[in-house]
Amino acid sequence: MRLYAAVAASGFRRYATYRVATAAGVFTNTVFGFVLAYTYIALWSERPQLGGYDQAEALTFVWLGQALLATCAMMGGGFEDELIERIRTGDIAIDLYRPVDLQLWWLAGDLGRALFHFLGRGIVPMVIGSLAFELALPGDPLVWVAFLVAVALGVVVSFAVRYLVALSAFWLLDGAGVAQIAWLGGMFFSGMLLPLNVFPGALGELARALPWSSFLQVPADVFLGKRTGIDLLGAFAFQAGWALALIGAGRVLQAVATKRVVVQGG
Amino acid sequence: MSRHPESSADGTDHIVVDDLQKVFDVRKKTGLVRREKHRVRAVDGISFTVPRGEMVGYIGPNGAGKSTTIKMLTGILTPSAGRVRVAGIEPARDRTRLTRRIGVVFGQRTTLWWDLPLIDSYRLMHRMYRVEDRRFRENLDRCVELLELGELLDTPVRQLSLGQRMRGDIAAALLHDPEVLYLDEPTIGLDVISKTKVRTFLRDLNAERGTTVLLTTHDLQDIEQLCERVMVIDHGRLMYDGALAGLHEIGESERTLVVDLAEELPPVDAPGARVLKVEGPRQWLAIPAAASAAPVVTAVASAYPLVDLSVREPDIEAVIAKMYEDRAAP
Repeated sequence: MRLYAAVAASGFRRYATYRVATAAGVFTNTVFGFVLAYTYIALWSERPQLGGYDQAEALTFVWLGQALLATCAMMGGGFEDELIERIRTGDIAIDLYRPVDLQLWWLAGDLGRALFHFLGRGIVPMVIGSLAFELALPGDPLVWVAFLVAVALGVVVSFAVRYLVALSAFWLLDGAGVAQIAWLGGMFFSGMLLPLNVFPGALGELARALPWSSFLQVPADVFLGKRTGIDLLGAFAFQAGWALALIGAGRVLQAVATKRVVVQGG
Repeated sequence: MSRHPESSADGTDHIVVDDLQKVFDVRKKTGLVRREKHRVRAVDGISFTVPRGEMVGYIGPNGAGKSTTIKMLTGILTPSAGRVRVAGIEPARDRTRLTRRIGVVFGQRTTLWWDLPLIDSYRLMHRMYRVEDRRFRENLDRCVELLELGELLDTPVRQLSLGQRMRGDIAAALLHDPEVLYLDEPTIGLDVISKTKVRTFLRDLNAERGTTVLLTTHDLQDIEQLCERVMVIDHGRLMYDGALAGLHEIGESERTLVVDLAEELPPVDAPGARVLKVEGPRQWLAIPAAASAAPVVTAVASAYPLVDLSVREPDIEAVIAKMYEDRAAP
C-alpha cells in the first residue's frame, strides 16, 4: 500500500511541476466556462426548467463541468497518452520488469494526478464562476462530502475507461484513434456539452446508463441535491458498479495482453 | 552490502538455459489483401549456463536474438520451447517473484521518471521493491558515491545528460541488491569518460558483491574490459561460447607484423607469413594468431635489412565480423 501511496504522490507532483501549464489550463477552463454559461443562459431563458434544472442550477452545472474537466480527464490528458506511447515504443517492458501490478500502478498515479487537477484546476474556475454568476451552491456540508465521494468514484470510472482504451494499443500498435473516439464519446456522454437529463427518450436513457455519466452528470446531480437518501446510495452504487466492472475488464485484457503480446523493439 | 547466499536450485549455476526457442509468426503483405504467414525463429535452440558471480558478454549483430533471449530470461516473453531458470525460478511463470531478484538496465530506455527529480525515482524503487530502510540507504549512498550522482539527485531526469541518466539508471537497478543483472547496451552513446566510469563501477560491483552479470553490447571494448567469457549469437543460434581469447582461434584471426626495412624491396619471403601490403620500405605481414611471431621475425631479420618492427594484436571486432560473414555465406 505504501508503494501505491508513493506512486499517487509522485503522480500529484509530476503535474504540480508544470505551473505554467496549470495556469494556462485554469485560464482555458474559465474562458470555456463563460462561453458555455452565456450559451446556457440563452437556452434556459427560452426554456426555463429544461431538464429539471432552473437557471442557477444549469449554470452550476457548467462550472462543475469546468472544474471536473481535467479531474476526470474528460478531454484526455491523463496517463493514457503516456501508456499508449510506452506500449508503442516498447518501454512497457520496463514496467513489466517491476514487482508491481500494472493496473494498480497506473491507477495510483492517475488518482494523484486527479487530486492535483481537482485542486489546481478545479477550485479557481469554480470560485470565479460563483463570483460572476448566481450559482446553486449546497448549504449542507454533507452534500459537499457526498459530492467529493461521487467525484472520487467518477475518477476511478474514468481511469478504468482510459485504461481499456490504452491497452488497445497492444493490438492496434497505435492507440491514438481509439483514444480520440473515447474522448469524443466522453465529451458527449459525460454531459459536458449539455446535461444528460435534457435528452429525451431512449437516447437520454442510454446516455444516463453509460459509464461516462459518472464523470460529470452524477457528481453534478449529487452537488445540486437532486440525489438524496436512498437515491444517493443508488448513484454511488451506479458509479461503483461501473468502476468494478470496467476495472475487472481491464484486468482480463491486461492478462491477455501481457501473455500473448510481443513487446515492441529491441 | 553482503554477498548473496547460495540459494540457487541449480547449485552454482545461476542462469540455466536449455534448448531455448522462440518462434514468432509474422504476417507479410504479399498482395493487396493477401497476407502470407511465415515463421521467424528468433531464438533457435540456445543452451548455456552461467555460474553465480560470472560476468558474461552476450554479443551478436542486430536482430540476432539477443533481446529476445533477455526478454525470456526476465519473463516478459514466454519461450516457445526449452527451459529457462534464473536463480532457480522459471521466469515466465513467476515473473513478479523474479523481478525482486534481478536488475535490468536498458541503455536505450529509462526506468526513471522523466518529470521527477532523480531521488524521487529512487524513493519509488525503495517502496516498489520493499527494500529495508537501512539497506536502501547504504545501497543508495554507495551508488551515489561511486557513480557520482550526488549533485544530480535533485535534478529532474529530463534535464540529465545521457551519461548522467545512464548512471542514474544503473543505480536504480541496484537499489534492491539484485543477484542477477542484465545490462543491455549500458554504454551506448556515452563519451569515453562516462564509459570508463560505468565500466569501473560494473567491475567493482561484480568483484565485491558477486553479482552475476549478463552484458549485451555492440561495444566490444565493454566485453574486452569486463568479461572473461563471451557468447556470440547469430540467427538465433549460439555460435561461440568460451573465453574471449579463444575467439581468435575460432575466427582464424591473424596478427599483423609491421616491418620497416632500410629500403624499398619487393614483398619479403618468410615462411608462415603472408604479405598483406607494401608501402615504400614498410610492409605488413599476416601471421595466424595462434602461431608464434618469433620464427617469422627471426627469418625476416636474418634475410632483410630490418630497421624496426611492431606486432598488432588481432582486432576482436574484425574477428566477430568475420564470423558473421562466414555464417551468412555458407
